[in-house]
Amino acid sequence: MTPHEAKGATQYTTYHPRWYRTRVSTYWWLGKWYYLKFVLRELSSIFVAYFVVITLLQIHSLSRGPEAYARFEERMRNPLMIALDAITFLFVLFHTITWFNLAPRAMVVRLGGKRVSEILIAGSNYVAWLVISASVAWFILR
Amino acid sequence: MAETIQLEVTRYSPEHDAAPTFQRFEVPYRKDWVVLDALNYIKDKLDGSLSYRWSCRMGICGSCGMMVNGEPKLTCATFLSFYAPDAVRVEPLRYFPVVRDLVVEMTDFMVKLQKVKPWIIRKEEKSIADGEYLQTPQQLDVYKQFSMCINCMLCYAACPVYGLDPLFTGPAAIALAQRYNIDSRDQGAKERMDILSQHEGIWACTFVGECTEVCPKHVDPAGAIQQYKLTAAKEWFKSLLMPWGAK
Amino acid sequence: MSDRFETHQHDVLIVGGGGAGLRAAIAVCEANPKLSVAVISKVYPMRSHTVSAEGGAAGVIKPGDSLDEHAYDTISGGDWLCDQDAVEAFVKEAPEELLRLEHWGCPWSREPDGHIAVRAFGGMKKMRTWFAADKTGFHMLHTLFQTSLKYDTVIRYDEWFVTKLLVDDGRVQGAVAIELMSGKIQAITANAIILCTGGCGRVFPFTTNANIKNGDGMALAYRAGAPLKDMEFVQYHPTGLPFTGILITEAARSEGGYMLNKDGYRYLQDYNLGKPQPKPVLRSMELGPRDRLSQAFVMEMEKGRTIKGPYGDVVHLDLRHLGEKLISTKLPFVRELCLKYQNIDPIKELIPVRPVVHYMMGGVHTDINGATPLPGLYAAGEVACVSINGANRLGSNSLPELLVFGARVGRAAAEFASKHTTPSAAILAQAMDESRRLRKQLLEKTGGGERIATIRDEMQKAIENGAGIYRTGTSLVETVTKLRELQQRYRNTVLDDRGLTFNTELIAAMELGFMLDAAEAIVQCALHRTESRGAHQRTDFPKRDDEKFLAHSLVYRNADGSSRVEYLPVKITRWPPGERVYGEPSQTKDAQAGR
Repeated sequence: MTPHEAKGATQYTTYHPRWYRTRVSTYWWLGKWYYLKFVLRELSSIFVAYFVVITLLQIHSLSRGPEAYARFEERMRNPLMIALDAITFLFVLFHTITWFNLAPRAMVVRLGGKRVSEILIAGSNYVAWLVISASVAWFILR
Repeated sequence: MAETIQLEVTRYSPEHDAAPTFQRFEVPYRKDWVVLDALNYIKDKLDGSLSYRWSCRMGICGSCGMMVNGEPKLTCATFLSFYAPDAVRVEPLRYFPVVRDLVVEMTDFMVKLQKVKPWIIRKEEKSIADGEYLQTPQQLDVYKQFSMCINCMLCYAACPVYGLDPLFTGPAAIALAQRYNIDSRDQGAKERMDILSQHEGIWACTFVGECTEVCPKHVDPAGAIQQYKLTAAKEWFKSLLMPWGAK
Repeated sequence: MSDRFETHQHDVLIVGGGGAGLRAAIAVCEANPKLSVAVISKVYPMRSHTVSAEGGAAGVIKPGDSLDEHAYDTISGGDWLCDQDAVEAFVKEAPEELLRLEHWGCPWSREPDGHIAVRAFGGMKKMRTWFAADKTGFHMLHTLFQTSLKYDTVIRYDEWFVTKLLVDDGRVQGAVAIELMSGKIQAITANAIILCTGGCGRVFPFTTNANIKNGDGMALAYRAGAPLKDMEFVQYHPTGLPFTGILITEAARSEGGYMLNKDGYRYLQDYNLGKPQPKPVLRSMELGPRDRLSQAFVMEMEKGRTIKGPYGDVVHLDLRHLGEKLISTKLPFVRELCLKYQNIDPIKELIPVRPVVHYMMGGVHTDINGATPLPGLYAAGEVACVSINGANRLGSNSLPELLVFGARVGRAAAEFASKHTTPSAAILAQAMDESRRLRKQLLEKTGGGERIATIRDEMQKAIENGAGIYRTGTSLVETVTKLRELQQRYRNTVLDDRGLTFNTELIAAMELGFMLDAAEAIVQCALHRTESRGAHQRTDFPKRDDEKFLAHSLVYRNADGSSRVEYLPVKITRWPPGERVYGEPSQTKDAQAGR
């Protein structure tokens, strides 16, 4: 029986009106770099989403022929768009790195009964990232 | 004249005060003293009315968690020498209601602990005469880390999600559920899934990760929760693809 | 504190939520699910001191071992003061209880094939100690606590402090308790009360015991009229860290650690404990029984061969030759403790250690089912004395003891509780009196001016001087006088804290009162036992005297607050008293005596 439901011990569990509760400040995440990093990581999802939308638009204009694609490229040359893209790039990079660093915590891989070390799991993510980026670059730039 | 160090300690009496205040004490500074030793010095020599919990002074009973200079710490394992010569600020654990001075109310935690069914659940129990359930050291190693939790609640004081939403089941309780889920002797993962896949369960966690950072026993509750999310997502997919296979 | 007086009613009330208390609660539920069981504890159950036990739990499970050998090791280790019927029941039920805990999820360390692993332990001739790395007590307590959560009929009063047992009509019928959170004083009535409050190590200045171990249950029973048994037998652990009293488990020695004096010499060879061997030998040298190791420390100190440290004399525990790999795999907790609390790395440095009070062999007198002579009152665990520990407990017997006798006492109390009913009216009147006393003597008292800490320090010093590792008639008489004085001065304690909410000073004051009673019982028993046996060593009576003292001391409290000591013969079933010898020469002798 939980103390809440218990007949005898009820009294101590009901919240005492005079127990002091601190309100959590709206700016709690500014107090510590660890928390700030967390909030920035959460924030970065917006930029990841923005990146996806831009990519979809790009593919869309590509499918509508060279003229439509030229218009798209024209719009993207706007300095404001370039600035926004630069910020987006930084956030997506931040998102990727923190994501890879956290991956080993969610993924437990066991080989021969022993847990594969965190560095190895994160490392393989980075290696895969590099390989894919390199092949994409090769495909575009060749 | 021996060296001393300043302690700023939260004082609060629900019978007299509307809000907590700080009181300054000057205590002897010794290299092998922890914050708890300084509190004991205050209680024994300076002011017997200071209230706080403590027992084993060896980091295993989990009683003496407090905020030391804004960080959740076991005060029995936090040396004064780490902060000297500056003053040390000691406050009750964050996000819990304060009952008195450094004592917080922990019924909420106790209720959550019970809610996740932290015991072995079996379809059929083996009789004692049939001996032990075999469990290889590798199988033991799978859940061992999550069985080390001493219920000190430092992870709750580090978790902004718990601070903002007190309904959140929280790091220690979820890690404990996961400890039983992945124990080779247990068959209760499904029962626990119903509780933990609720909104206040694993999905409320946004993976801040600070719970793991402050854990004095290296339990890694953040890891436990993410691993559980993965399992829950897999289960959900399975039931989506093969609805006839469920239960 | 209002005059409105609340009462709660249960069938069985368990005082203390450690290993024995939780095992008893589960046993009551299983014996009779209809009974209402309450566990009242001054700390949340998982804070209980069971949590600190490191080494392991003995239970015969491997081929080549036998119940008789476990019984013989226990009895000879206890210097023939154990009740042998109780020991036989204990060794038989220990493996079953340990297996039950395995079924409940305890993470016991395993063999590669998945079977339970066992290790060697001081005083045990065969390897039979189950362990969960070096946090055995922690894992046992948390397993019991978590398992207890599935029983709906167990009601917990967490952070309630029992101040008095209510006795009427020659029967214990309830208790008065303070709820720390509110300061409310309430009565809880029950047909049976089980004390599981642990020992009283805090009576002594150097102890491995947690701050909560103040002999509460011993004093409650003693004041209620039940006798305490064999209180003079206080076990020292030979290897505690100075100042903190943090224990360095016997496992450190069974893995091959050396005890060294200031010349780096393995001094135990000078005290009839065998000759040094490169590998650890069971029951020899560093693996000899705890009392003999502690006594060797005092003699070494008298010879001036110990090391002077900031907290008094120490010797060294040397693990360096074991190597980093063994230390970090087999003894990680030992290393963690040394690094965290003493700033010493046992891989590279010597660990300063000294004997520290570890365990009370004595306690509330019970029979083999945990029943005290006072109807309705039961006890199990360290607070009780059945007695399976005799004059000296063997390492790794206390954890299985709290399971075996926790279960037994639960079943016995359940049976008793189903027969008796309704508390008498006189009980409630007594409870009101107690509530008034608490207010008048403690919360509202003015004048006086004694501080709790001062009296506590003086008590600890006095009992260490009079009833430490070695005792004499003169030193004991001095301590008796000093304790009388402290009892007087205790009445003049004045609290800084007049609050009702979580008044820990009020609790500390009552704990001090309990400790003074426990100290009195220890000293009285020690004074009257004019022989040396196990942990009780009188320099004025250095020989064991089976003629007069093959008997348990029973200390009763008289109506005027003074005490009297009586004796009860030891129960011998199959093992007549023999010489207690350790080290190599004894192997054949022991084997013969064991048949």
